[in-house]
Amino acid sequence: MEEKMRLVETGNHVAAWGARLARAEVVSAYPITPQTQVIEEISRFIDEGEMDCSYIPVESEHSAMAAMIGAVAMGVRSFSATSSHGLAYMHELLHWASNIRLPMVMVNVNRALGPGWNIWCDHQDSLAARDTGWIQLYCSTHQEILDTIIQAYRVSEDPKVILPVMVCYDAFIMSHTYMQVEIRDQEAVDRFLPPFRSLWKLDLDYPFTHGSVIYPDDYEEVRFSIHQAMENARRVIVEAAEEFREVVGGYHGGLVETYRMEDAECALVAMGAVASECRVTVDFLRERGHRCGLVRVRCYRPFPVDELRGLLERLQAVMVVDRGFSFGMEGALYSEVKAAVYGHGDRPVYDLVTGLGGRDVPYDVIAENMEAALRGELPAESRWPTVRLNEHHELVKRSLEEYWKREGVR
Amino acid sequence: MRLRDFPEEELFLQGSAACQGCPGSAALRVAFKALGKNTILAVIASCTSVLQSPYPASALGLPTLNMAFATGGAVASGMTAAADRLVKNGRFSEKPTILVWAGDGGTYDIGIQALSGAAERNADFIYVCYNNEAYSNTGTQRSGATPYAAWTTNTTRGKGEWRKDVAQIMVAHGIPYVATASLAYPTDMFRKFAKAREIRGTRYIEIQAPCPPGWKFPSSHTIKVARLAVQTGMWMLYEHEGGRTTYTAGTQRIIQGQAKLAPVEEYLRAQGRFRHLFEPERDEKRIAEIQNRIANIFETLQFTHKMKEHIMDIEMAPPR
Repeated sequence: MEEKMRLVETGNHVAAWGARLARAEVVSAYPITPQTQVIEEISRFIDEGEMDCSYIPVESEHSAMAAMIGAVAMGVRSFSATSSHGLAYMHELLHWASNIRLPMVMVNVNRALGPGWNIWCDHQDSLAARDTGWIQLYCSTHQEILDTIIQAYRVSEDPKVILPVMVCYDAFIMSHTYMQVEIRDQEAVDRFLPPFRSLWKLDLDYPFTHGSVIYPDDYEEVRFSIHQAMENARRVIVEAAEEFREVVGGYHGGLVETYRMEDAECALVAMGAVASECRVTVDFLRERGHRCGLVRVRCYRPFPVDELRGLLERLQAVMVVDRGFSFGMEGALYSEVKAAVYGHGDRPVYDLVTGLGGRDVPYDVIAENMEAALRGELPAESRWPTVRLNEHHELVKRSLEEYWKREGVR
Repeated sequence: MRLRDFPEEELFLQGSAACQGCPGSAALRVAFKALGKNTILAVIASCTSVLQSPYPASALGLPTLNMAFATGGAVASGMTAAADRLVKNGRFSEKPTILVWAGDGGTYDIGIQALSGAAERNADFIYVCYNNEAYSNTGTQRSGATPYAAWTTNTTRGKGEWRKDVAQIMVAHGIPYVATASLAYPTDMFRKFAKAREIRGTRYIEIQAPCPPGWKFPSSHTIKVARLAVQTGMWMLYEHEGGRTTYTAGTQRIIQGQAKLAPVEEYLRAQGRFRHLFEPERDEKRIAEIQNRIANIFETLQFTHKMKEHIMDIEMAPPR
């Protein structure tokens, strides 16, 4: 047996390896911090003859997605990577890619949106793209980034799915940190991931028109078919993860990953790298005598409704750690978790909105809140436990009061 | 190439949903004949998105991807990169022509970034802007291509600005081929498409597309209005390659003195969108502004042409 290739690499370079092992043939991308290293590494792979691929250095993210749509429509496996404002800028075409049923994989390095200018991590960018018809997978280790990109192509191109997949991981916490990663064996990956196939392509032998004007009756049919594909994806994602374990090696969970849930009385629910912080919280709470577990949501769309019901049904308390927020409502993941378990048991669900724009997420704050919840001292609603009023806020308050006074606002 | 030599095969099929006298469908017909079957099409949001007929029917006999408004240059970049891969891997025996078909709104305004980016990369495709000088699909609003003083639904007293010149912007990109065309000169248009097909890199062809409902003229007058545009100098026909501009067809004849530049009033009077220049009273100022602008351009071109002939004579004269 050949010795396994291990590298100590950044999450971004690992993502580039994912595209390389998946044999993406066209890459179109525009650089944006913190994604930039992904496309730099792919360019280097291509220049040094290590990756047989065409790289289109487009002039914007809107064009990156448009070029990818053009390439996949021609029948070629393609890859892109983006982040934050880039994802927001290509939003229109996210719909286009899923609604004309093109299989493709794009990495999104989760970064906060401005203003104020913030390059650090939260999940607002990809959560805002929730309803675009893209499958969304969230990673929490470097190894998982590599393996998930390969699995994502398999899911995306599955005849029961044919939808684009977004693979998400956290800015800087994962994108720029170095971790040891096993670079998977290319032959094994090839066995796991067959050559590109697609529901349709631009075919000279069978010319047809795709994406033209469509009347209401047919439109609704098309939309329903996307929903069915999402439903099918639940099973396909789980199967792909399991088959990957057998053929290539490595497992990170299906739609969810659990930690110490076997005998849990309470649980944390989180996505992305913050779930690793939550593992520390779980261990800490267990030391203090609370049987706590962790459910890491690996797949946000389709949402793991049945899995969460099964796991959370008989617990005393569930606490969601949210790295994104739906303004005027509550934490974005919190809404989803509550909706999933509604009517299945009556445990309270709590929400901590924290870690926005890269703010540190302390394990002890999560633990304190969980203990308060278990004592029945916490209201079941979204809380911002790490927000603090400082001098700056007082300044804002004072200037607002002055403005109101000037304008005669009572 | 004469009209009767055009290929008989129709790739733009019957049953389109175009308006009567639609210049877009006429231009598609000529372009498809010149480019032939080995062509893959990206239609950018425009009248053509509609005139091709609604799902599941299609009047387009070529494989077609309809795409969002701002994507022309970018989607074609992806298509041509993929086509290269398919040739390299033996899945295509020959690289197809990638053709982008966009209106002036999708080219002059929302789409210029993607077009400029692709041209700077010299991506290998033909980009066509069929220019009806308005957002005609949306009910005739102004675009960057709308000429000075023209009525649209949001320039009800006539547009106050001169149109920009995207063909010249494309020339400034240094791409291998830029051409303008007119429906009234179909053999000239056919020749330009056939030539563009043989060139690699970004090629840009802009066709003036007089729109009967948007410009307010009878639907039987499309070709007549297109011809008047060239005869009055409101639309110029040329091609630019290898750093040189060559004027063609009607425009060439005017510059070379074989035909007279017709008064622009003939063109303006043929369309309802300029009616406010004549009714209720004649707007001498704006008519003169338009006429003077054209006259200046043609005086310069005619002078340059004469100078060139003169210089050629000297060069070609035998040494004494």
